[in-house]
Amino acid sequence: MEGVGASPGISIGKIHLLVDEKVKIDTGKIREEEIETELNKLKNALNQTEKDLKKIKEETENRFGVDKAEIFEAHLMFLEDPEFISRIEGEIKNKRMRAEAAVNKAVKQFANLLSELEDEYILARQADIKDVGSRIIDLIMGKKSKKRDLALNTVIVAEDLTPSDTAQLDTRKVAAFVTSEGSKTSHTTIMARSLGIPAVVAVGKGLISKTVEGQDIIVDGIDGRVIIDPDPDTVKEYREKGERYHKELKRLTKFRGIKAVTIDGRDIEVAGNIGNLMELEGVLKKGGDGIGLFRTEFLYMNREELPSEEDQFVVYKTAVQKMAGKPVIIRTLDIGGDKEIPYLEFPPEMNPFLGYRAIRVCLDRDDIFKPQLRAILRASEYGDIRIMYPMISNLEEIEKANRLLTVCKKELNNEGKKFNSEIKVGVMIETPAAVMEASAIARNVDFFSIGTNDLIQYTLAVDRINEKISALHSPYHPSVLRLIKMTVEAANQEGIPVGICGEAAGEELLIPYLIGVGLDELSMSAISILKTKETISRWSMKEANEIVSTVISLENSHQIINYLKKVKK
Amino acid sequence: MLEREVIIKNETGLHARPAGRFVKESKNYVSDIKLINGSKEINAKSIMSVMTLGARKGQMIKIQASGDDEEKAVKDLAHFLEIELPLLEKSKE
Repeated sequence: MEGVGASPGISIGKIHLLVDEKVKIDTGKIREEEIETELNKLKNALNQTEKDLKKIKEETENRFGVDKAEIFEAHLMFLEDPEFISRIEGEIKNKRMRAEAAVNKAVKQFANLLSELEDEYILARQADIKDVGSRIIDLIMGKKSKKRDLALNTVIVAEDLTPSDTAQLDTRKVAAFVTSEGSKTSHTTIMARSLGIPAVVAVGKGLISKTVEGQDIIVDGIDGRVIIDPDPDTVKEYREKGERYHKELKRLTKFRGIKAVTIDGRDIEVAGNIGNLMELEGVLKKGGDGIGLFRTEFLYMNREELPSEEDQFVVYKTAVQKMAGKPVIIRTLDIGGDKEIPYLEFPPEMNPFLGYRAIRVCLDRDDIFKPQLRAILRASEYGDIRIMYPMISNLEEIEKANRLLTVCKKELNNEGKKFNSEIKVGVMIETPAAVMEASAIARNVDFFSIGTNDLIQYTLAVDRINEKISALHSPYHPSVLRLIKMTVEAANQEGIPVGICGEAAGEELLIPYLIGVGLDELSMSAISILKTKETISRWSMKEANEIVSTVISLENSHQIINYLKKVKK
Repeated sequence: MLEREVIIKNETGLHARPAGRFVKESKNYVSDIKLINGSKEINAKSIMSVMTLGARKGQMIKIQASGDDEEKAVKDLAHFLEIELPLLEKSKE
């Protein structure tokens, strides 16, 4: 069964189902004289729940730390919520409901209200409200708590795990968590990650009905897969996968704090591509040497109007401050193509990737471009920020953009606002035209970054989002590899640094070729950074240069892939 | 009865973690306190209600208090929402 890999790692263990026995709640009406009794039952249950929660909170603080116990603070607040309590009491008094039915109804009502908000954090709180509710109901109905002794290597299978559930589990004996519900931010995920226990969530409704207590189960938190009652071969396969994962994890962490250097001593910068500030944290965690591509589209999405200069300034400033001295390359707005922004109301196009997009939009719309340039300039006062124009296909575009940049600098000067007047300005090389003109362009900019995703699309005439032809969209096509080489040579000749920031930068097979042609920087998703640093450390420039000569002599991508696989280290 | 308009300034809005902090503050006053967001009007001392208010960054909401300490309540809570909450959020980053 497939789910979401919430916490990485592989575990093989025996299933323990943690499912609530469905309690039958009596929804029949009570007699008038019973109202007092039910109110008393409620009061006692609330008091007892408060005591229990305080105790669990204390235990959790001792076992997992104050942070993890915070959740029970929230539970206690729900318990004291005046609207919640008065609604329950109202149901008992006015609707003559039993205490447990009244609690059940109030919990459902509040949980439903919250589900309208479509916010992951709130959805997790919804589970908390239900958790508190079932505690109260259990006490009213005199049910025992579900504390159990676990065997070693237990895989907990549940619909979703509440903080009370996990607080009562002896997590030292838990090998993995699997839930039918949940998400990347639900309690189960956070708990599993902090304990370093593999977890797969959101497996779907079938999970509980297909599992039996005590069955063997494999949990693959890397690829988000669970296998129930596996055959011996599968067990062996996953045991090996688990060992590989652990070895790799251990091996790679040592690259976090060190630079990527080839055997013969050439430094290669390994940076991260990000689309928002959260991803920046990921790059920091993996020890990235900088941000090689900061896509700014997110600033313009999910809103009704253009972001102000101030909005953008705060984001760019935060980014560069967090990177603490490491470079941050900000790509100016790249909309159009497959990225639409509803409030700008661009008319539909026949060929959006060949149309009104990226730098073409910006040069046409000062009202969009100027606030962004000004925001980037102002943030440059706080660290090593660089500007990068996307989708350049001729020199005039750079000249025009730079003219506007000069205007912005003058304005800021006049307003007495500070910025780095020597800010570096570079371009994305992602059209074949830019490659052919690379020398001339290089004389007018401070750096290049090759955007392979678009370069492949425009070189091979392959729409990169059309699934039917997705196999044709390959960085291993000889023409693409030659264009990369030409770009680097032009940059070297003119003495400017050159990086690469498309998906291809993180392709393990391609790395010897990329360093061999002379790239100074590879920028990729955070997840590939450590692995890439390791790969670079296994090659010498001499070997990499030989790889390049051979690759260039090969005639098709099939031969190239086979050759690179053969020489892979 | 006193009321005052405030703009939600912190990133996560009043619908997530900060809701709990705000409710704790509200409980320090004896006055009845309400939050009004468009047509929604809720009890500011109820965590569940504050979360369902769905107040996000940039939205304007009203704080309304009636009781012995209404003046202080409105003043302090407005300060809490507009100044302290954004600061608390920043310090957590």
